[in-house]
Amino acid sequence: MSPRWRAVWAVVRKDLRVALGSKAVTVPFAVVPAFFMFAMPLAVALAAPFAAREAATVTELFETVSPALVASLEGLDDAQRVVTLGIVYMLAPLFLVVPLMVANVLAADSFAGEKERKTLEVLVYSPLSDRDLVLAKMLSAWLPAVGVGLASFVVYAVTANAAAWPVMGRIFVPTPMWLVLIAWVMPAVAAVGLGAAVIVSARVSTFQEAYQVGGVVVLPIVALVIAQATGVIYFSTWLVAALGAVLWLAAAVMLRLGARSLRRTELVSRL
Amino acid sequence: MKSPGASEAASASGAAPVVVARGLTRRFGDKVAVDGLDLEVGRGELCALLGHNGAGKTTTLRMLAGVLAPSAGEARVFGLSPVEDGPAVRSRLGVLPEHHGLEERLTARQNLRYAAELYGYPEERLAGRVEEMLERFGLLDVGDEKAGVFSRGMKQRLALARALLHEPELLFLDEPTAGLDPIASRQVTETLRELSAGGGRTALICTHDLTLAQRVCDRVVVMRRGRLVALGSPRELAERLPHGRLLLGVGEGQVEMAAQVVRGVAPEAAAEPSPDGAGELLVTRLPAGATPALVAALVGAGVDVHRVEPAQATLEDVYFGLYGEAA
Repeated sequence: MSPRWRAVWAVVRKDLRVALGSKAVTVPFAVVPAFFMFAMPLAVALAAPFAAREAATVTELFETVSPALVASLEGLDDAQRVVTLGIVYMLAPLFLVVPLMVANVLAADSFAGEKERKTLEVLVYSPLSDRDLVLAKMLSAWLPAVGVGLASFVVYAVTANAAAWPVMGRIFVPTPMWLVLIAWVMPAVAAVGLGAAVIVSARVSTFQEAYQVGGVVVLPIVALVIAQATGVIYFSTWLVAALGAVLWLAAAVMLRLGARSLRRTELVSRL
Repeated sequence: MKSPGASEAASASGAAPVVVARGLTRRFGDKVAVDGLDLEVGRGELCALLGHNGAGKTTTLRMLAGVLAPSAGEARVFGLSPVEDGPAVRSRLGVLPEHHGLEERLTARQNLRYAAELYGYPEERLAGRVEEMLERFGLLDVGDEKAGVFSRGMKQRLALARALLHEPELLFLDEPTAGLDPIASRQVTETLRELSAGGGRTALICTHDLTLAQRVCDRVVVMRRGRLVALGSPRELAERLPHGRLLLGVGEGQVEMAAQVVRGVAPEAAAEPSPDGAGELLVTRLPAGATPALVAALVGAGVDVHRVEPAQATLEDVYFGLYGEAA
């Protein structure tokens, strides 16, 4: 490995090691994925057969969602429709909370946290070029976010398929839409979370401030959940692909803006 | 501003100076942090940067390291431009920041390993070098403990070990003894002496510790409001003092009375009982040529003066002389 990449990886490893040494980081890391990726699909899979017994409930559930979504569930019985609606569609946008949160927490610890701990000066005086310094800092939040996102998806898929097996009788996750979500949208969401944290971190002085202010990026995801639940949109493969493109564009703009605050001269002014 | 004798050390050794600054200036808005600094530091030289907070010492180091661009003037370090060749300059530089900058959630070993990787230290020698530095700085037994639990002195030693780990040719040390107890402070001082004597390393040391500067440094740069106001060895600077330092031997119980007379004759002078002996009064910042009048006034006031001895001026006298009473 070239000395340049060795130094970049040293920063990535150090940031991750330091972040995992803090409960403010590890607690959300454990709780959020466990809730969204394990508890929620389990609850939906177990509750679906009971919900399907009430015809009124099933009718009510499908009244509000998009007709195109309802059409995509044709050929399934009521219990299978409830499971697919919940696990394949409704929880899909919520899955994005995981990489978003991980990137946001790690970036907040990496940027604002380093400023708070007064360790920035060591990095500023290191031989890393400005470009490598930005690259190292970005990778140190983005790569773990994508890694945790992938691991969370595996947990989600295993939990959903196992818990819903009595109803579905087959492996139904991942669907093509989920594959696009994982391969295309999830890395973009992690980049958006990173970009938000970098921009916010330049303007605050502590990890907690950066984490809390940067947390507002979760609001668009809440909006997606509501939009799908009320029939405004439905997570078709094409819509998810388009959503990914928009997110990559947003991430590029945010990271470009954020990178300016990571230039040496900017970092020095904040020491 | 041209600094007198700026290149003496470099020219004496015949080698090219390691650090050269020509008219180095840095402005932050209307404020001039460093104002036309001219300086040369030769190989193996330990040079102290003295001055109040805000005098421009740290800004100077930052410009020399290429982490802050000068507003005017230029710098060369190892013959390279810190602005254009920042990574190359910094790879040969060891830095001890004012705050130790250690990752307190990492162990001492992890902190050193991280620094070694940042500086591209050869992997095959890295583990041995980390152990060597831990041992040298008395931290071998606590190598696997997190730096956060260390005392201030241990942290400073670890930070110094980190600065030296990659065997840099040039050291920038910002307040290396700040906040240390006397024993830890002495350890740091001894380490710097060893580096200078054995390692031939060049160092720029920002410090308020005048004793450290006097004991360890070959040359001293005094900065005030961004300008270089004095440069030379501690002895040279003391010899250039326009005022003197006098040791007076007076009768038993007459030290306080003598001090009052000194204050009457030379209000700008300071008079304190000598720490070296009873019945002795140390007079500093005495205007040149004032000694005869002072002795006459003491005798006239009934003070039994049995000894009048010029004393060796210290860097502290120089510093206070340059900064005046307000210092």
